Amino acid sequence: MKEGFRQSMAWLHTWLGLSVGWVLYFIFVTGTLGYFYIEVDRWMRPELPLQGAQPAALEATRLADAYLRANAQGAGHWSVELPVGRQHNVLEVTWGEGSSLFGRASAHKVYSPEDAAFADPIMPRETQGLYGLYRMHWKLHYVPQQLGVLIVGVCTMIMLVGLVTGVVAHKKIFADFFTFRPSKGQRSWLDFHNLVSVLALPFFVMITYSGLIFYMETYVPAGIDTVYRGDTRAYYGDIEAVDMDVKAAGYAAPLLPLETFVKAAPEHWGGGHADHLIVQHPGDANARVVLLHAGDETVLRDVTEFLVFNAATGALIEKISAAETGPRGARSVLFGLHEGIFADTVLRWLYFASGLMGCAMIATGLVLWTTKRRVRQGHNPSHFGFRLVECLNIGTIAGLPAAIAVFLLANRLIPADVAVRQAWEFHALFIAWGVALAYAALQPVARAWTHELYAATGLCALVPLVNIFTTERHLGVTIPAGDWALAGVDLTLIGFTLFFAACAVVQKRQRT
Amino acid sequence: MSHRRRPVSRWSVAARCVAAAVGGYALTYLVTAAIAVAMMAASPDDRSDAVLLSSEVSFIVWAVAIMACFYARTALRAWIGLVLAGVLPAIVVFALSP
Repeated sequence: MKEGFRQSMAWLHTWLGLSVGWVLYFIFVTGTLGYFYIEVDRWMRPELPLQGAQPAALEATRLADAYLRANAQGAGHWSVELPVGRQHNVLEVTWGEGSSLFGRASAHKVYSPEDAAFADPIMPRETQGLYGLYRMHWKLHYVPQQLGVLIVGVCTMIMLVGLVTGVVAHKKIFADFFTFRPSKGQRSWLDFHNLVSVLALPFFVMITYSGLIFYMETYVPAGIDTVYRGDTRAYYGDIEAVDMDVKAAGYAAPLLPLETFVKAAPEHWGGGHADHLIVQHPGDANARVVLLHAGDETVLRDVTEFLVFNAATGALIEKISAAETGPRGARSVLFGLHEGIFADTVLRWLYFASGLMGCAMIATGLVLWTTKRRVRQGHNPSHFGFRLVECLNIGTIAGLPAAIAVFLLANRLIPADVAVRQAWEFHALFIAWGVALAYAALQPVARAWTHELYAATGLCALVPLVNIFTTERHLGVTIPAGDWALAGVDLTLIGFTLFFAACAVVQKRQRT
Repeated sequence: MSHRRRPVSRWSVAARCVAAAVGGYALTYLVTAAIAVAMMAASPDDRSDAVLLSSEVSFIVWAVAIMACFYARTALRAWIGLVLAGVLPAIVVFALSP
């Protein structure tokens, strides 16, 4: 019986992987890169100023306060984003007519420490940045959001079963962890697949299961259908923040200095800090100051973490907390673990490395299948299914990274004033991926691998080079200025260049 | 090397795939509903908690169902297993549904 179970689960593992492996690779690649979307977004908008030293939280609040009182009297709401943490890298103020919490802004100013003044934000080239790529991680591209989310959900479920069956199929999971037999063809691929899979297995289980939680009510609406009689809106109203609007009293009252509220935040949040203030009806008797908790201080990823103060007296009206316990807390923690917004630099790079191992896990699994089949069926079998898998492997495993390099090149090469450049950055990515798939179909397998790995190498190398000739945000500028976030993008691309070069060299050597 | 020793026909595989996907989903839906209504019956004030917890565990049910469909000795057994597993949750849902 036990033999039968392990074998049938191994069979299931193989066929689940082959059904959606390439989509999962795409999901893992875009998700992994997504951990640095804030930094790469800035890289993709080279018109923005370099990251200079920003005023500290209280000083920033004072500056914003003075500016708003002088320039935004009579507004329905003021909003101040403090340059605290990774989510906000500059001091920004906006204001507008409506008083709802996230109402539309009619004015937007950014503080420049060099000029010691607020000014209109620089309008960078139109791009969705890496965030646009990261978004494909959960809703794909070129398909309606609902469909994309559904497809990703199905793939994630398959990934979950793939992980479990992978562990079940592996008889000597701990002993084999220390086994690596290089240059033994199929055995080496199996060892490598096992190594990367087991090394970050807890991460993979967490990331896959938590991934399902994001849209769990969409995938399995049984709970809402029964308990809420299908009233989805009521459900989300119960678990998420509603936009808290407040009516103006109509008569004036003094507004306390905004830094009073920022100073008060840590005492209510057990040491946590605010990174966003919103003043509703500034100057009115009913004015309120709402503080939002800096997202990168807690693993709880819940939209509701507000402190609501009376703007005239400074008294706390309401503290809306993220759920910490129970099913709601579990959701909050799972979201937080998946997105890793709370992660500092070291942990963020660990997330990135784990994500890359996930890509390696999928890639080695897919390649393992073809090497195994090759051995079993003799060299160069021309069976359609086998050829299909080989082309998909080459065109995706090597082709997708190359296509993403093309995406970054497009960001640099499409002129800033072209109206459709946003969409065409993505078209460039998918066209390049399509070319990679087509090329793999037209060449013999071994040569296709070599060429595509060289292409990935060359394209990754090209990005920092093209950067030098097209912008003022290349390594020659960003390193001396100490803008390590921007420099990191070019340096990481150089790292990938070396990696793909090594893969290409090893592959070329092995095919002879 | 791990490949199946018992010959398995394409129809058997197809039937199991449908069982795992459709039947497994139906079972998951039933079990989720059962947990939700049971939690509601226990504490009617925590509607959202009932939905949250039942949804959060739903994927474990589906994962197990999928694995079971491919472990069963025949495709028919896979289907029968799903139906039998669904009896108790179905009773709970019909009994406690608000």
